[in-house]
Amino acid sequence: MGVVVYVPKDSASLSVGADGVAAAIQLEAVARGVEVTLKRNGSRGLFWLEPLVEVETTEGRVAYGPVSAADVPGLFEAGFLSGGDHALAHGPTDSIPYLKNQERLTFARMGVIEPLDLRAYQATGGLTGLMKAAGMAPEAIVAEVTESGLRGRGGAGFPTGIKWKTVGEQPEPQKYICCNADEGDSGTFADRMIMEGDPFALIEGMAIAGLAVGATEGYVYIRSEYPHAIATMKAAIGLMRAAGYLGADVAGSGKAFELHVRRGAGAYICGEESSMLESLEGKRGMVRAKPPIPAIAGLFGKPTVVNNVLSLAAVPTILAKGAAFYQDFGVGRSRGTQAFQLAGNIKHGGLVEKAFGLTLRELVEGFGGGTATGRPFRTAQLGGPLGAYVDDDMLDIEMDYESLAAAKAMLGHGGIVVFDDSVDMAQMARFAFEFCEIESCGKCTPCRVGAVRGKETVEKILAGREVAKNIALVEDLCEVMTDGSLCAMGGLTPMPVLSAMRLFPEDFDRAPAQAAE
Amino acid sequence: MALIDDVDFGTPARPSAATVTLLIDGAPVTVPEGTSIMRAAQEVSRPIPKLCATDKLEPFGSCRMCLVEIEGVRGTPASCTTPVREGMNVTTQNARLERIRKGVMELYISDHPLDCLTCAANGDCELQDTAGEVGLREVRYGMDGANHFDAQVKDPIDVSNPYFQFEPSKCIACSRCVRACDEVQGTLALTLEGRGFASKISAGLEMDDFFSSECVSCGACVQACPTATLMEKSVVDHGVPTRSVETTCAYCGVGCSFKAELKGSEVVRMVPSKSGGANEGHSCVKGRFAWGYASHKDRITTPMVRESATDPWRKASWDEAIDFIATRFKDIQARHGKGAIGGITSSRCTNEEVYVVQKMIRAAFGNNNVDTCARVCHSPTGYGLKTTFGTSAGTQNFKSVEQADVILLIGANPTDGHPVFASRMKRRLRRGAKIIVVDPRRIDLVRTPHIEAAHHVPLRPGTNVAVMNAFAHTIVTEGLVDEAFVAQRCDMVEFERWRSFVSEPENAPEALAEKVGVDAETLRAAARTFAAAPNGAIYYGLGVTEHSQGSTMVMCMANLAMATGNIGREGVGVNPLRGQNNVQGSCDMGSFPHELPGYRHISDADTRALFEGDWGVHLHDQPGLRIPNMLDAAMDGSFRGIFVQGEDIAQSDPNTKHVQAALAAMDCVVVQDLFLNETAAHAHVFLPGTSFLEKDGTFTNAERRINRVRPVMAEKSGLSEWETVCRVARAMGYPMHYDHPSQIMDEIARLTPSFAGVSFARLDRDGSLQWPVNDAHPDGAPIMHVDGFVRGKGRFMITRYVPTEERSNRHFPLILTTGRILSQYNVGQQTRRTANSLWHPEDVLEIHPHDAEERGIVDGDPVSINSRVGATTLHARISDRMAPGVVYTTFHHPLSGANVITTEFSDWATNCPEYKVTAVQVNKSNLPSDWQAHREEFVAEHYRVTEPAE
Repeated sequence: MGVVVYVPKDSASLSVGADGVAAAIQLEAVARGVEVTLKRNGSRGLFWLEPLVEVETTEGRVAYGPVSAADVPGLFEAGFLSGGDHALAHGPTDSIPYLKNQERLTFARMGVIEPLDLRAYQATGGLTGLMKAAGMAPEAIVAEVTESGLRGRGGAGFPTGIKWKTVGEQPEPQKYICCNADEGDSGTFADRMIMEGDPFALIEGMAIAGLAVGATEGYVYIRSEYPHAIATMKAAIGLMRAAGYLGADVAGSGKAFELHVRRGAGAYICGEESSMLESLEGKRGMVRAKPPIPAIAGLFGKPTVVNNVLSLAAVPTILAKGAAFYQDFGVGRSRGTQAFQLAGNIKHGGLVEKAFGLTLRELVEGFGGGTATGRPFRTAQLGGPLGAYVDDDMLDIEMDYESLAAAKAMLGHGGIVVFDDSVDMAQMARFAFEFCEIESCGKCTPCRVGAVRGKETVEKILAGREVAKNIALVEDLCEVMTDGSLCAMGGLTPMPVLSAMRLFPEDFDRAPAQAAE
Repeated sequence: MALIDDVDFGTPARPSAATVTLLIDGAPVTVPEGTSIMRAAQEVSRPIPKLCATDKLEPFGSCRMCLVEIEGVRGTPASCTTPVREGMNVTTQNARLERIRKGVMELYISDHPLDCLTCAANGDCELQDTAGEVGLREVRYGMDGANHFDAQVKDPIDVSNPYFQFEPSKCIACSRCVRACDEVQGTLALTLEGRGFASKISAGLEMDDFFSSECVSCGACVQACPTATLMEKSVVDHGVPTRSVETTCAYCGVGCSFKAELKGSEVVRMVPSKSGGANEGHSCVKGRFAWGYASHKDRITTPMVRESATDPWRKASWDEAIDFIATRFKDIQARHGKGAIGGITSSRCTNEEVYVVQKMIRAAFGNNNVDTCARVCHSPTGYGLKTTFGTSAGTQNFKSVEQADVILLIGANPTDGHPVFASRMKRRLRRGAKIIVVDPRRIDLVRTPHIEAAHHVPLRPGTNVAVMNAFAHTIVTEGLVDEAFVAQRCDMVEFERWRSFVSEPENAPEALAEKVGVDAETLRAAARTFAAAPNGAIYYGLGVTEHSQGSTMVMCMANLAMATGNIGREGVGVNPLRGQNNVQGSCDMGSFPHELPGYRHISDADTRALFEGDWGVHLHDQPGLRIPNMLDAAMDGSFRGIFVQGEDIAQSDPNTKHVQAALAAMDCVVVQDLFLNETAAHAHVFLPGTSFLEKDGTFTNAERRINRVRPVMAEKSGLSEWETVCRVARAMGYPMHYDHPSQIMDEIARLTPSFAGVSFARLDRDGSLQWPVNDAHPDGAPIMHVDGFVRGKGRFMITRYVPTEERSNRHFPLILTTGRILSQYNVGQQTRRTANSLWHPEDVLEIHPHDAEERGIVDGDPVSINSRVGATTLHARISDRMAPGVVYTTFHHPLSGANVITTEFSDWATNCPEYKVTAVQVNKSNLPSDWQAHREEFVAEHYRVTEPAE
């Protein structure tokens, strides 16, 4: 059997040469006549160390990274197969502080097993939740999820249990579970990691949701830019079906649940839940007016649970370990853990799963190690391209739904994009409008036309033209977009703009002379 | 939008018994549950500004003009998409809402060309009105940003459609056009292309323009457009109309209500009325746009006479023409007897005009030689439904289809023939009802966007009765009969006789499959689907009636409806889709030789006495001649004079050469029409008729709905058609006089029990009435036979399948069947004189690829079609819509001579011609047929008009 060596095969690792490293290890092993069993796991989420190679030793798994193919002979030379020391060595993986200091519930299995190894999934606690749910009354499953305090991890933070209860109570016999995996926020990757690294967890969560609300069919809407996630999910669904955890009789419950993968249409707006439903129906991704809410009339007009990947992937743990266990994490009305995604100009980018309530400083400075450039931190954008910017003074803010809202910011999908002091916040305000201009579905006027006028007006400010008047106009426009837009796309675009103007007014105070330069 | 007298409630009404009471700006309002806040606000005259909302379309929520505040609700929800709730307290206007509305309007205007003064929508623009309402005074963004109107960026105006234009630079992307095409028309020709600021309306694919796209030119998008983006060319040319007259379309039997929008007496546009019972605000390319024939230069507006049909025409005064007719008719009667003359009423004319013609014939001519063009279309409907149910009319209103669960469509192509009703049907199908199509052709409803038939039965032409017997056999032998309904509502003796008849093995699908050309399992499955429907509705057209067993087939359908309990409530019934605007009315008015108005037999002494008393004449007690009898009698010299009101028998009736010979044999042919039609080539007197825009009267549509037709202009000929007829009658010696057409209706009401409650005053008040209107049904009867059949017990009739004698053989191996197309109407006298001909410049022969290949025919080849009575030449269109062995053509162009090849076979009961089955051979040919070559010469000869000497 030989020594077991792990080389990740998720998109992040592949993008930095994991396949080359894996091939190099196999070649080197053959050349040296050493027996090596190569396993391709998901990423641990320590992206600055990818490709992170792990070796199974008597003391557990030890880590090396970032490893390039060229490093491989040296690693063999250094005896890495028995945990030998090397410049890229980090010791036992579980002892790496970045990982050790996390509270991994949803991501507990991430990077540990091979994504499509159903036996390993089960051996690491997988399917416990589903087996339990299969023997429970639907109302009891919903109650468990409600009590856990789980809220929608896609950004809106709506209590998952209440949404399920609404769907479950609809008299309509046909219901659906739709997983929003159109992860489009800049600097986010947690959904992709789940689908590529631990797909059974998501499938299990969806099957539980199906049992809970009486839905017999589910769809995973995966963004088109995630080909590996699509392939892995499709394979995983096939395995789950073959093993009896999907199909006519889910886990012996006597109830049916079928699951299908749909490839996204390639637009940010398709991550908005009603646009996603339109897209799933084969139509142009365009926002629907509410009411009715999807829980009452969603996919094909039927009651539909629409949840984010992270919400659904959290469910197996809640069922397996109980609502109280999950509820025990977090603060205030933000219970459980959140998958924070550190990105942008940051030294240690990657995934940090922690209970709600840690500070932004702990994330940016503690886990993240400050900026990648080494220049002073100036701002971070929280919660994706529609989220607010923060300044230095806000670093001690507690990361939970309510504290962030009080600070005129939002958690969103948990993305944190860091900028150093070279950032021009007026340009960022312009970009916020430009992003909206590019990604607007075009249905409502405040978003369709407002984004264009916003960008143009900020450009006038950048050029120093009638700055005060144009700043006032942008503020008026932001009110129209916030109050008047049909969905969060136009409604939240003012958030980065207004936060930039409020926190960094100096960047907007352009003199006409500056324009002439 | 319609300009005049039209309140737009913003969102559709939500019929509901439950009501909700709320406060709008402090005013209490009670509305049905499910109503939007926007509509509720309009109910209490607190209109909320809106641009994307209109009450013909489901709410969309895109313009964001209609935001309101609701006490206790976060944010500013859109009033169009938010339904009312009990106790809601809504604020429609305050400082914040005003700011948002101005802000949104400012964004709109920042991308809109500021050419209001020269814009076609000036004075009729919702954007302009709304900008005024919200008080926008300044566009602070300037007009120099990104836009869609600068010369360098703007898309060109699409003028490809003959009736309306599309000017993209004025578009506000509200999607009303896209939604109208989708929700109202159901064609889905339009889409939004691109996203965000680049979103734009597109007809079809990117390379398409409106004309080349799937667009059917129904006008719904133009009507929905709040700006000048989609605009009638007539408005672009002439400006916005200043007054409107509510009237009724004169094309098909749907009978759409329209507002004729005018300046002075000139029609600027026709806009479908939202209050129209038949169409509820929808229209098709004919009614909406193809009205220009009314002022076409070909119209004849002076009477003309000639001694012989080979002489040139000579213009004459009314008195001279009428005197000419009376003299000749009286002379014929003196020499050949009273019965030697007769007349034909027109299904295109008003009830009043038809009524006076049949009265003239019965009272002034003194015989019953009156017939109508329904003879060649729906006479079997009258016979069949009267025999089984007791009334010669369809059982439902159009709206009923909205409750149907399974629609059985037989021998009708509504998307072409009855497009406005088709849209209603498609709406229902898209909401989940199933459709079974029985038609030799793969018509659109077999498969069209978002619709697919549950079953298509592509039967061989002429085997309708076999198909129905197979259905009945399946239902009876598989225990699917609604026994309770039959026991309660039908004559059990007749039913049991029918039950044992259809149970005979010869009526089993397996026994009939080969004759029908459809496998037994398909027949059984379709029958089961229909029988299983909670509400099963039958709709049919001329593919049912124009057969040698047309009347049998109508009775088959009535049997089927009774056996499955599908009569007497919404969502069910047996429904003829009538071809002409007033074919129901012309039949109601006593146009058949055997029936007085109200379908009462001429032999009935009491009825005769009633009319004799009122009319002051003695009525002949025997039925007169039918059209084919008149023509045959003309050939033997016993019938010599005919008054033809608005019908072109020389083009529309079967075996054209026989019709022409009969007309040529007569001493006095009088034609009353708009144009010198094919029949007029043989006429001695031409009386100029009036178009529907000049008529004052009523039309009755296929759902028995009596609609008012109101004049928007004076008669171009100076005389109404009813007055013309009265004068002829008087000249013949019978005093017939009315001061106003309303007096004719009063007489009809006086003499016809089913019209007892009808009057112009009542119609003007109520909009329309569906007969019967009498003491039992004071407000009319949208659905018939509710508590019992008109004849008492429903009567099952034995319907044995007898194959037509017209069969394909070695010499004539193909079966020709005929139909209509969307853009043209029947003989085309009107539509061919409009731009509709751009869509259908000529009739073509549709032929299956296999049949074409066997004959070496490629698409577009001229081909000669020969039957045993005649030949004609058309261009071929190769189409797999046809089954092999069946070819198809339309009959809109006289030169096509479709009826040169049709035969004299006809329905056994009513003589309705067997247009739908002619055995033919098709060959490649590059020459016109002899008949076609002769026609041009003949027309030139017979249409000459001599100008009066100076």
